[in-house]
Amino acid sequence: MQSASTTRILLIALAAVIAVSFLPLGVSGYILGLLTVAYYFGVFAMAWDLLFGFAGEVNFGPTFLVGTGAYTAGILDNLYQPPIWLCVAAGALAAVLGGVVLALPALRVRGPYFGLTTLVAVLMLQNFVVVDAHLTGGEIGLTIPDVITISDAVNYEIALWFMAVSGAILFALSRSPVGLILQASGQDAVQAGALGFNVTKHKLAAFIISAFFSGLAGALMAFYLSSASVGTFIDITVGVQIIIAAVIGGRRTILGAVLGAVFLIAMSELLRPLGDLSNFVVFAMALVVVLLFPGGFFGLLTRSKESG
Amino acid sequence: MSMAEPAHLEVDGLTKRFGGLVAVKNMAFRVRAGEIFGLIGPNGSGKSTVMKLIMGIERPDAGSVRINGTEVAGWPSHKIARLGAGIVFQHSRPLHRQTVLENIKLALLPDKLTRLLADPQTDERARAIAARVGLSGVLDRRPATLPFADLRKIEIAKAIARNPQVLLIDEPFAGLTSAETAAFSDLICELRDDGRAVLLVDHNVKSVARLVNRVLAMYVGERIAEGTADEVMRNETVRRVYLGGNIETAARPESSFRDRTTPFLEVAELSVQYGKAQALQNVSIHVHAGEFVSVVGLNGAGKTTLFNAISGLLPYAGDIRREGASLRGHTAATIARNGVVQCSEGRNLFTDMTVRENLDLGGQHLTAAESAEQIAWLFELFPILRERQKQAAGTLSGGEQQMLTIARALMMKPKLLILDEPTLGLAPVILEQISKALERLRQTTAITVLLGEQNVTFALPHADRVYVLEHARIVWEGAPAAFAAEMGTGYL
Repeated sequence: MQSASTTRILLIALAAVIAVSFLPLGVSGYILGLLTVAYYFGVFAMAWDLLFGFAGEVNFGPTFLVGTGAYTAGILDNLYQPPIWLCVAAGALAAVLGGVVLALPALRVRGPYFGLTTLVAVLMLQNFVVVDAHLTGGEIGLTIPDVITISDAVNYEIALWFMAVSGAILFALSRSPVGLILQASGQDAVQAGALGFNVTKHKLAAFIISAFFSGLAGALMAFYLSSASVGTFIDITVGVQIIIAAVIGGRRTILGAVLGAVFLIAMSELLRPLGDLSNFVVFAMALVVVLLFPGGFFGLLTRSKESG
Repeated sequence: MSMAEPAHLEVDGLTKRFGGLVAVKNMAFRVRAGEIFGLIGPNGSGKSTVMKLIMGIERPDAGSVRINGTEVAGWPSHKIARLGAGIVFQHSRPLHRQTVLENIKLALLPDKLTRLLADPQTDERARAIAARVGLSGVLDRRPATLPFADLRKIEIAKAIARNPQVLLIDEPFAGLTSAETAAFSDLICELRDDGRAVLLVDHNVKSVARLVNRVLAMYVGERIAEGTADEVMRNETVRRVYLGGNIETAARPESSFRDRTTPFLEVAELSVQYGKAQALQNVSIHVHAGEFVSVVGLNGAGKTTLFNAISGLLPYAGDIRREGASLRGHTAATIARNGVVQCSEGRNLFTDMTVRENLDLGGQHLTAAESAEQIAWLFELFPILRERQKQAAGTLSGGEQQMLTIARALMMKPKLLILDEPTLGLAPVILEQISKALERLRQTTAITVLLGEQNVTFALPHADRVYVLEHARIVWEGAPAAFAAEMGTGYL
């Protein structure tokens, strides 16, 4: 029953991805650019949902992982100009290492302290970037000399298919036996332990996977933007937006996070005429979704399908 | 079985301290294959801690736990589980988004990160286990849609999925009807007949007597008796702990209270439900002004629920009247401010504040002069608190904390003081001190007290009247002197 609906959801998602892959034929480069960013954002949010929705750990610092990936890739390209794929791989690896260093002590503390630890990690990374300006570009930001391609359409397709593959992996993982154990560990660690599951091992694995995809997406997005700055990759506000995207998309659904990310970016674009007020309106809408539809967009979609 | 073969579960010298409190002291017992062993004790006696120590959920401070001869004391829980121990928790917390079948499958999964596809046999095995515990009809349902007894079956199914040789079951029959209890007992016997060692943890001998080969009774962390169920029920110490031996009572007749027609507090046909579990069913009690009423009942009988309903903390059906006026619709804060004050089981002290600050907080609404007068009176009632004034509440012993809790409630000058299990986890000598303070309180003031207790020794001496609450219902009401004769055996 579960596996049937898993396959069905994946097929529907694949059809949707194929459909939007034709967008470059009829849509302006500007909109493609927005969607490219939205797709990377979607990966950030999906990776976050694996930790929160399944392992039950609220990571307030998704940008610690994203920022580590983006800046590692960018700095490496600046200093030595190795092949871009190597920079991106290094970014993902750095995020994983950073994630392990953060998670090992953080998973020992319970409740809100895990979240607090991750929050402090973001502030430390931000401080490091600002202070070590000769390496990181400081507050002005880091310019990345190389690009993967200058074609809007190709950049769009890279982001789209990267998101699709990441989403498929994360979604399948969440529905696998490991995902089930992870959910049990998040919900009741004592009971999971008594059933013979090493809770710390599974949560650490979730953190590593989350860090890997966050770092990879961060590095790819940095090359797309040809720059990295605190405001786009590290700032607490960015982290909050990732969290909002995952929550309004539908907690514990992985794929919903993409809907949330596209919604957030589309809304802030549509509401741009409102000026400073636009962010306020977007956040207010997010608040309404969180309060009235705790299942998020994905919950609404699957519920109407089940009843229909 | 030969003498050389180790018992499945061997516990020796097991000790656990929580701060200054010794929760388990030098505990030792054996549970052999094909045997059901009962570990009983009143609330706070340390029996659940023993279970957690065996399972590795808590780390022992000293002593040994051997499973099939392997020393596991201090191991993490998942390793002990893999060695062959399983536990059925009292509270079921299944995965709510998954079906019953998936919940059972979870327990069959290996602890591996590389297992991305379930073993095809898992499904078959999960169905077989479900059939065994009687869940076949509800495999595709979500736990939230199932009755309470089925949720317990899911817990059993999960525990036996790992084929444990040592099976620990916490309060096997809590919340079950008698028919469900019978079915559950049969299942436990079958598991024993498989050759497992089964440890049942419960409050009293009576509930497990039919099943167990042997029983060990605990009281404040120590063994007080061990033997067959009959032997333990006849044991003098056990009788004293559970029934209080010969208690002197000082009940005043109900007719001596002035508010005979409209009692100070009247609870009428009160029913409370927690999800599917019926916590209270048509409970009616009353308390006269100046009266001391004890509600006696084992853990889980519904005492705390009753008190929380009176304090306005829970939605309920039925009515609760104070001096004839319904309390329905009043907030918990209003009810407390108007003089119905509860000392809850958890004590809820501000542990980082000093004793004096806790008391001052209780007297917030009094004038400075009134507050000082009240504190002076309380220091007479509980002299130890005067000495401890400047100490942080969290550093007090359990008994001192309990006295502070009562004192803080008295700072609010309550008309009705509700005490929920003040004896929880306290040593007998401390009980005596609190008991004396209550006696003085009763003699020197006109206060009305509603006491909830499972410790009969403590509940009877001061009471004017006693109610017995059992499985969500009031089953007995009478004078404390009549309790031992009419209700005693149910409490062993």
